[in-house]
Amino acid sequence: MRYTQQRHNKWLLPLFTGLLLLLSGCSELTVMDPKGPVGESQKDLILYALTFMMGIVVIVFTLFTIMVVKYRDKSNRKAEYKPDLHGNLKLETVWTIIPVMIVTALAIPTISTLFDLEKPPVSSEKEPLVIYATTADWKWFFSYPEQGIETVNYLHIPTDRAIEFRLSSADAMTALWIPALGGQKYNMPGMETTLFLQADETGVFQGRNSNFNGEGFAEQTFKVHAESSSDFQDWAKSTKNSAPELTQDKYDSLLKPGLVNKMEFSSTHLEWVHHGSNDGRDYSINRHRTDFAEQLELKNGKNHNHGPSEKEGGQ
Amino acid sequence: MQLDEFFVTGEPLIYAGMVAIALVSGAIIFLLTYFKKWGWLWREWLTTVDHKKIGIMYILSALAMLFRAGTDALMMRTQLAFPNMNFLDAQHYNEIFTTHGTIMIFFMAMPFLIGLMNIVVPLQIGARDFAFPYVNAMSFWSFFFGAMLFNVSFVIGGAPDAGWTSYTPLAGAAMSPGPGQNFYLLGLQLSGIGTLATGINLITTIVKMRAPGMGFFKMPIFSWSTLITSFIIVFAFPILTIALALLTIDRIFGSQIFTVTGEGLPMMWANLFWMWGHPEVYIVILPAFGIFSEVIATFSRKRLFGYTVMVWSIILIAGLSFLVWVHHFFTMGAGAFVNSVFSVSTMAIAVPTGVKIFNWLATLYKSKIQTTTAMMWALAFIPSFTIGGITGVMLGMAAADYQFHNSYFLIAHFHYVLIAGTVFGSFAGLVYWYPKMFGHKLNERIGKWSFWLFVIGFHICFLPQYFLGLDGMPRRVFHIVPEWLPLNPISTVGAFGMGLGFAVFVYNIYYSYRHSEREKTGDPWDARTLEWATPTPVPEYNFAVVPHVKSHDAYWDMKQKGETVYDESKVEPVHMPNSTGQPFIMTAIMFFASFALVFEWIWLAVAGLIGVLVIMGIRSFDYDEGYHIDSEEIKQTERSVRGL
Repeated sequence: MRYTQQRHNKWLLPLFTGLLLLLSGCSELTVMDPKGPVGESQKDLILYALTFMMGIVVIVFTLFTIMVVKYRDKSNRKAEYKPDLHGNLKLETVWTIIPVMIVTALAIPTISTLFDLEKPPVSSEKEPLVIYATTADWKWFFSYPEQGIETVNYLHIPTDRAIEFRLSSADAMTALWIPALGGQKYNMPGMETTLFLQADETGVFQGRNSNFNGEGFAEQTFKVHAESSSDFQDWAKSTKNSAPELTQDKYDSLLKPGLVNKMEFSSTHLEWVHHGSNDGRDYSINRHRTDFAEQLELKNGKNHNHGPSEKEGGQ
Repeated sequence: MQLDEFFVTGEPLIYAGMVAIALVSGAIIFLLTYFKKWGWLWREWLTTVDHKKIGIMYILSALAMLFRAGTDALMMRTQLAFPNMNFLDAQHYNEIFTTHGTIMIFFMAMPFLIGLMNIVVPLQIGARDFAFPYVNAMSFWSFFFGAMLFNVSFVIGGAPDAGWTSYTPLAGAAMSPGPGQNFYLLGLQLSGIGTLATGINLITTIVKMRAPGMGFFKMPIFSWSTLITSFIIVFAFPILTIALALLTIDRIFGSQIFTVTGEGLPMMWANLFWMWGHPEVYIVILPAFGIFSEVIATFSRKRLFGYTVMVWSIILIAGLSFLVWVHHFFTMGAGAFVNSVFSVSTMAIAVPTGVKIFNWLATLYKSKIQTTTAMMWALAFIPSFTIGGITGVMLGMAAADYQFHNSYFLIAHFHYVLIAGTVFGSFAGLVYWYPKMFGHKLNERIGKWSFWLFVIGFHICFLPQYFLGLDGMPRRVFHIVPEWLPLNPISTVGAFGMGLGFAVFVYNIYYSYRHSEREKTGDPWDARTLEWATPTPVPEYNFAVVPHVKSHDAYWDMKQKGETVYDESKVEPVHMPNSTGQPFIMTAIMFFASFALVFEWIWLAVAGLIGVLVIMGIRSFDYDEGYHIDSEEIKQTERSVRGL
């Protein structure tokens, strides 16, 4: 027996060291190092689930190792052999009930978090800031109705205030994902979905479309500049004053499938179309029906928004 | 249409593919002609209705498809190894991940398992063939031609590029013009006909043709998993058939069912696709569970622990598989209540699955484990699948899924369940039943090399991807950024390890064909179920005398009592179906009709459709009654193969 015991230790030690290393590395992963309450609640849920999962892994791996080591068919084997053993009601009940309990323990916080995420984060006291986030192949439009401005391919948000993103798409289905702030939701043509996020720290975070929508998908990214409320107001004011007005002609040309640089305007496209409404759903298709056939012939390294130096400045 | 529009041009990798296709086809034609094998090919294979031969053709096709889609995977991993790679451009990368996923699911996983079912199930339940051998041949050929139609897309017309899920509105005519998506729709439609027919065929076979005495709860577990899988196929595939048909009508005839324009419902596609797609996941995993159960029982020299519970958990999983499809798009914004319901139903699947894991472990308890290659695949499945399973539960927690969705965390999860489940299962099954199929074992030493290369490569490839997902790396991007650096090249190294493992596996097939000892007993593993009661090679009628089953593990029981299934005094003439070229010809015509429809040559497609209807008419008035093998011939065959 001592021999097999040693074999266990030899197997288990690197396993545990490996797990510890992996877990300690977690704090550097974007999702596990969130900068706002939404991401925070999701991180907590993930860590909570992970403790149960690690428990299951340890139990299954240990049992597995014992079985494989102890019951191998070798000449010097001493373990018992019972070829007709085929059931044990007590054991089977135990290993049915334990998974049921684990699933219940996971379901309760999942459901309560789900309902929480439908509301603006509780830590904020002020009204949420409404931003319309609209995608078109392969770019982002952020409209600030309150400030009367619109940006393309970059986003400014105040910290300590809930952001209410109203998501829609001018063409294919996409998703708004800012991993540092929290989970994603789909943008769809003819529909409006709402996603609440909030930043508690200033900084520059990476945002993107995470749902595949064709050739320019990998480049449909944007930077999120989270800044103090006063800095945000200053930025909004100066944009309102200095940026050109967004005309419908200009907007229509921007909708054409392709990549564009960062831009800002002192008015929003919501004045003439809301792609999230039933009336606005086919606005872009009707104007650019033949343009989707053109290929960008996009190669790596031609990206405007997503250079290698992105994250360094932000964090 | 110009010729340079018809063929894909301007891409060196695709030119290389064209040259390879031309060379291989040329070589095959040359060899068949040189050795005068055309007649043999037609008589023995293309027109056969024998379930064993059809099964072999399924598995050979599946291995070829594994090679093709595996090459796609290696190309993707090469492109993703470093941030500045320009091996593939965006368009080419999009085509490759689309074909990788589609081929692996439809043309690798399913045919591999259906091939094993074809060979094993009739033998395991003591039957002489499928209930409908003609339909079985038609199923195979429609799968085969569907796969060919899908595969020619990369040299002719252009490959589909909207992902294996082909979400609308992206996959609609407005945003994906050209023949690529049509190849996807019609390739899957054609092969789907075969899958649906196989489902019906297997249900009928298992329900009506079990050997006398074999009650449902004396049936081997692989046959059980096949029966349940077939029910899932019959209930799930019609949804895919309809969805594909509707999208085809959208794209080719201008209807507006899934379009953004004209009040279409693009999000309905995602619902229909996953109403089929989630049961599909269980179509490819439940048979693998069955294989593992057989292999583990055989090589631990012990009865399967908790047989009845194993059966009920398969049934429960199958039922739940229809109630969870929304978890594929928790992020669509259906609201907290809907997501809660589907979260709970998803996590509930973990219960019967967990029970199965513990039952397999309990089967090992107080057993005598023989570490053959087949058993090692089965053993490797238990811990690997556990990792895939628990991360699946985490993905099922909708609030957390908002962060996991569309990321490499998801990619890692489903490769952990599909490779550790389906692929390990297919390999375990192929190694285990190989002697029954080909009359010799695969070499164990080379087999273990391929096992270790593949399994270690698999973990190196996919474990890092969980962490890449948590670091915000989304799926389907064609290049990485430096933040995701150390783990991506590691993952690529693992992928090439798997590739090497597969190459060694294929080499082992050749090596064993040349060098392995020929099998004489028919029962090389000292196994438990009826398929091992037949002699090797298995005569075309399978069982000279229909066996009588008294217990679960029927053949083990007979061996304990010193009985065999063969009793010369009971031999009677056996009724056999005739070979027929109709299934091959009919599906070949369907292939050309579908090809015409891909390019929207409507009149050619209509002509093809009429051709298919004509053959169906001929078949309907076909009074072919088959033939009988007389008792003397059977006795002679049995004496020679049994060495009596």
